[in-house]
Amino acid sequence: MEAYIPALTIFALALFLGFEVITKVPPLLHTPLMSGSNAISGVSLVGTIVIAGQDLTTLTTVLGFVAVLMSTTCVVGGFMVTHRMLGMFRRKA
Amino acid sequence: MSQAIVNLVYLISAVLFILGIKGLSHPRTAVRGNLMGATGMFIAVVVTLLDRHIVSFEVIIAGLVLGALFGTILATRVPMTGVPQLVAIFNGMDAGASMLVSGAALEEALSGGFFEEITVVFSIFAALAALIGTLSFSGSLIAFGKLQGFVVERPVLIGGRHVVNGLLLLVCLGLSVWLVVDPSTSLPFWLIVAVAGVLGVMLVLPIGGADMPVVIALLNAYSGLAAAGSGWVVSNNLLIITGSLVATSGFILTALMCKAMNRSLANVIFGGVGAAVATTREVEDIYAGRVKSASPEEVALLMESARRVVIVPGYGMAVSQAQYAIRDLVNLLEPRGVEVEFAIHPVAGRMPGHMNVLLAEANIPYEKLKEMEEINPSFAQTDVALVIGANDVVNPRARDADPSLPIAGMPIINVDQARSVVVIKRSLSPGFAGIPNPLFAADNALMLFGDAKDMVVALVAALREA
Repeated sequence: MEAYIPALTIFALALFLGFEVITKVPPLLHTPLMSGSNAISGVSLVGTIVIAGQDLTTLTTVLGFVAVLMSTTCVVGGFMVTHRMLGMFRRKA
Repeated sequence: MSQAIVNLVYLISAVLFILGIKGLSHPRTAVRGNLMGATGMFIAVVVTLLDRHIVSFEVIIAGLVLGALFGTILATRVPMTGVPQLVAIFNGMDAGASMLVSGAALEEALSGGFFEEITVVFSIFAALAALIGTLSFSGSLIAFGKLQGFVVERPVLIGGRHVVNGLLLLVCLGLSVWLVVDPSTSLPFWLIVAVAGVLGVMLVLPIGGADMPVVIALLNAYSGLAAAGSGWVVSNNLLIITGSLVATSGFILTALMCKAMNRSLANVIFGGVGAAVATTREVEDIYAGRVKSASPEEVALLMESARRVVIVPGYGMAVSQAQYAIRDLVNLLEPRGVEVEFAIHPVAGRMPGHMNVLLAEANIPYEKLKEMEEINPSFAQTDVALVIGANDVVNPRARDADPSLPIAGMPIINVDQARSVVVIKRSLSPGFAGIPNPLFAADNALMLFGDAKDMVVALVAALREA
């Protein structure tokens, strides 16, 4: 149990930080916020990479491959579509 | 590379993610923010590839290359009207990946790999990631299907669904206890995956199309929670921080959407709103002989002599792709001294902020896109309010306290306070909430019956001739 206290601390603090940062995003940019948070939640990629690369059993390798594929799609697609959308928000010419 | 350095790089990534979201607080800094987020992700992936536990790179490289290819194709090909579907599918994949990480880590631990110790906390979070990850995965797929038109958009109400869902959840909890008590097999994990998959489908099927903004936001929150859960399983702080950021983002948006409809989250998820349709008698009482229909030429004259016009877009604008014609309309009115602004209701469209993206795509400057609270007091000084493909968000009956109405107490855009209201709509059919709209029969209202795009194009043509 002891070992998980730091992780729990980080989790709790990150929730508060998230609240502070995200409430400042205007409704104008709520769609890019969602696609952008899609992209960063693809960070599970760093967990999947380690598992896919261990070559332990066929099962874990297959699971790892599918997970790497899915999270890479989200990361790359998420950041790119967010970039494309944000480029459309222009001020008066 | 030592674990300390890897963790330091992860810390930098987390900081870049936070700065990235912070950048989204203004359109001016948003592009840079997104690039910071992408940089954070890039360094996190690079440093992970140097992990000493990795013995084989073929599978990783194949996954990375194929994923990057799919992501690029999706992100560059999808039309802006399809962004809600894209977000739904990405959400599902995020959640699915988090579930798979936990499952693979569990299998790995059982076969004596890297994660040799299965503690109680490990099992609890693995169960959590299986439940929330899979539920969010299958739920997102159904949401995608509804948005794309593969799955019926109206609520699908299955009798006794609350009991069935309750039982499915209980089964999941029971399996979770099994996983925690007996860490010698991964069977309960995969059983949770199977049951939660069904539960996700059952939870999203009864929810109607116009409630999708809430559903997408909530599924987004769940995928964040699943990522945080998997972060505990593989003891990775970056996953925990990012997961909780995404979860807060999803929950905040969910709460905002619910507030904008004056409905509780429970009502959106379990209420099955959108399945009811008003009786003919009720419709007759409200509309009989009072609805005035106008021609595009008449409306053009009205707009030309106006000093201030406010356009209220709804999902109908997205469906008929009217945003480019609307831009032409704005470009004709402004040189004639007409002030034009847009009133955006928080739940207009199929996801939070949907209308803003579509109008921005059509090159309408973002300063013109006003939030409901900001623009509502100005309708008394507005000559023409032009409602394009919106219905429930301008229904004055929302102001009634009658709790039997699905939109009771929902904040609306006060178009009825403008000198004249022009509503572009195909027919008098009710909106998503299934109730008639007395606005259409108001003294100051004119109906312009037809497809949103066709009518705006006709308005533009009439203005050019005038």
